[in-house]
Amino acid sequence: MFRFFLGRLAVLIPTFIGVSIIAFSFIRLLPGDPVALLSGERVMSPERHAEISRQLGFDRPIVMQYLDYLWGVLQGDFGTSIVTKRPVMDQFLELFPATVELSLCAIIFAVLVGIPAGVVAAVKRGSIFDQIIMGTALVGFSMPIFWWGLLLIMLVSGTLQWTPVSGRISLMFYFPSVTGFMLIDSLLSGQEGAFRSALHHLILPTIVLGTIPLAVIARQTRSAMLEVLSEDYVRTARAKGLSTFRVVGIHALRNAMIPVVTTIGLQIGVMLAGAILTETIFSWPGIGKWLLDSVSRRDYAVIQGGLLIIAAVIMLVNLAVDLLYGLINPRIRH
Amino acid sequence: MKKLTTLLAATALATLMAGTAWSKTFVFCSEGSPEGFDPGLYTAGTTFDAAAHTVYSRLLEFKKGTTETEPGLAESWTISDDGLEYTFKLRPGVKFQTTEYFTPTRELNADDVVFSIERQWKSDHPWHGYVTGGSWEYFAGMGLPELLESVEKVDDMTVKIKLKRKEAPFLANLAMPFASIMSKEYADKLQAEGKMNQLNQMPLGTGPFAFVAYQQDAVIRYKAHPEFWGGKQKIDDLVFAITTDAAVRFQKLQAGECHLMPYPNAADVEAMKADPNLKVMEQAGLNVAYLAYNTTQPPFDKLEVRKALNKAINKEAIVDAVFQGQAQPATNPIPPTMWSYNEQIEDDTYDPEAAKKMLEDAGVKDLSMKVWAMPVARPYMLNARRAAELMQADFAKVGVKVEIVSYEWAEYLEKSKAKDRDGAVILGWTGDNGDPDNFLDTLLGCDAVGGNNRAQWCNQEFDELVTKAKEASDVAERTKLYEEAQVVFKREAPWATLDHSLSIVPMRKNVEGFVQSPLGDFAFDGVDIVE
Repeated sequence: MFRFFLGRLAVLIPTFIGVSIIAFSFIRLLPGDPVALLSGERVMSPERHAEISRQLGFDRPIVMQYLDYLWGVLQGDFGTSIVTKRPVMDQFLELFPATVELSLCAIIFAVLVGIPAGVVAAVKRGSIFDQIIMGTALVGFSMPIFWWGLLLIMLVSGTLQWTPVSGRISLMFYFPSVTGFMLIDSLLSGQEGAFRSALHHLILPTIVLGTIPLAVIARQTRSAMLEVLSEDYVRTARAKGLSTFRVVGIHALRNAMIPVVTTIGLQIGVMLAGAILTETIFSWPGIGKWLLDSVSRRDYAVIQGGLLIIAAVIMLVNLAVDLLYGLINPRIRH
Repeated sequence: MKKLTTLLAATALATLMAGTAWSKTFVFCSEGSPEGFDPGLYTAGTTFDAAAHTVYSRLLEFKKGTTETEPGLAESWTISDDGLEYTFKLRPGVKFQTTEYFTPTRELNADDVVFSIERQWKSDHPWHGYVTGGSWEYFAGMGLPELLESVEKVDDMTVKIKLKRKEAPFLANLAMPFASIMSKEYADKLQAEGKMNQLNQMPLGTGPFAFVAYQQDAVIRYKAHPEFWGGKQKIDDLVFAITTDAAVRFQKLQAGECHLMPYPNAADVEAMKADPNLKVMEQAGLNVAYLAYNTTQPPFDKLEVRKALNKAINKEAIVDAVFQGQAQPATNPIPPTMWSYNEQIEDDTYDPEAAKKMLEDAGVKDLSMKVWAMPVARPYMLNARRAAELMQADFAKVGVKVEIVSYEWAEYLEKSKAKDRDGAVILGWTGDNGDPDNFLDTLLGCDAVGGNNRAQWCNQEFDELVTKAKEASDVAERTKLYEEAQVVFKREAPWATLDHSLSIVPMRKNVEGFVQSPLGDFAFDGVDIVE
């Protein structure tokens, strides 16, 4: 097991370097000069442009810039934002908990609803339940996130006034951030109603971000279950006279879970992409919105640093998923 | 009270109601995150609203709702006869804010003023490069490094600024956000502690609101400065709830989650006006959108061609399509809210037939040209591509073929400056200091050719008028010169003037005391919430 783990870890290193090259060069391939953007419509003189470029190191050969950058990254220095003049890592650490909190809630929501829905659809194959669940999943999968988010805000927050429109917590609560996770911080603050407010603010973004993973997980669970349910051992279990609950819930589901866990792992990457839009709609102060703003400002340090850290996180999640297989299916371990 | 709290906390509406139970909190749904809190380093209005108009004050201030200046931290000033020496008497007893991170021991004095200017001006000043790649964009953009001769402290309450040449707009420049006065005492402390970067993150000034906290991309909190030199505020706390999407801002405003929002979607304005809980203020913005021909390249070097094309554009249609009526067609290069706007000038009338004939008379046949459409929405032009398409159709009617081109924003700004650029460029301008010089000389002066002067237009008569106006200190005389300059501009037609957009500010009905700024600022001193 330990060797397996080391082997997987060794693969990550070249991948990480590859990603760093892509992140570094990709943003530089986009047209647009970050220094010129600092002055907007106002024109910067060529001398000042050259001076600022020099201060930021943009006048050096690109390979040198990259090597400097990589050297910094290896020492934990991801550079300084051109716009806010703050270290990229500081900003990332400040914003990432918000994204993690939202993503975790979304994935829990997607799993808790998606797996049972897929199981029901598989067991009741061809029934009206199956059709409704799979039809809804198709719609959910195809829906543009931006549109879906605004629609929910207008209906649930606007017309029905059940949830707040945007943000992480009501503005009346003000306490220092301890963990960066609002649900935890609101409890720690001891302020009455803070936790409820944080929970309320999470509902709509969770649904919006969780919709696509939910649809994917439900469909994947259904097809995996259908396959497993037709296996001999399931028939045997049924023949033994086990209850449907035991047959489906224990014998079939555990085996059907392997492709589903893979799917869930892959959805984490999809979700970070979805977070960019979800965070923008709900004014959720996470890394998605931060990266989006940085692209339009051509804030090189933030984009390459942000992409690199996210890639590292996704790689680690995938590693964790690989290790999880071992727990679910011992045969994979070697 | 406890029970009441619990009950209210559940809904977002509670924010405001509960807020008023103990303290009056004003919530502004701002459109974006500030880049930082040092107004000298940045050029974005979002940053100025969050830093300059809350935390800081300046020697001069813009009189609310106008582009005229009035005394701020400088109680009075005198200008020497040769127009080169400005002596400012500081307002006595001005207190800096006391915050959790700094307690001032002294009141405002001349050291603060000298520090605030010199840090942007002198490259050997310890604060000049306190952030990597930091550039004093506006200070340089307004030409101050070349204009200033010296800044001296005469005594504790007197500062003398000497200029190298006469320049009337100088006073208006001092009212701009970049000229905010910082506390030298605070800066010295940060420097001694090796925490200079904090000046850009935890600001401290003499303005109406003291900074409390900023949570990136989420919320900025301020409290009223109890000893503000302009008097105590009616609200206790000011909160910026950062909400980037305009449709979401509108939902928040409707739900009562904020009191006031900037930059609504043009399509939402009717619904806002119809909402009984909201009111909408509108005012012509201090901006202009234009189509700049390259007057050095044939056939646009011919006046008749430019005039003919101007007559071919249906501006009303553009205003309707792009702004849903929330703009007005432009006649002059400066907006009507600005002093010296020449009311006498008549716009080129939309007349495709006449335009066609003028082109024929000028000997121009089968003309095909490029129209450059900006890739981004700006207040003066929400959708340049749509405007370009309408012009394409308009020009087709007079036999001119248009190819629409566009580039990424920074590239667009850069490429459009080229002296040998082809075609005509859609662009615009939002005023910085309310001075006509900031439009007429900045955008159309001979010095700006190859830079902001996208028409590459250098007309001696025009240039002399605006240069003379810049040096004159008498407003009546300057007005006359600028009026004449506008006549020359219209006659020579380097641009097709397109529109001045309206600036629209929706707010809750119970908001009082908010004054719309023609400069497009959002400043909340003097606002109140009434029940």
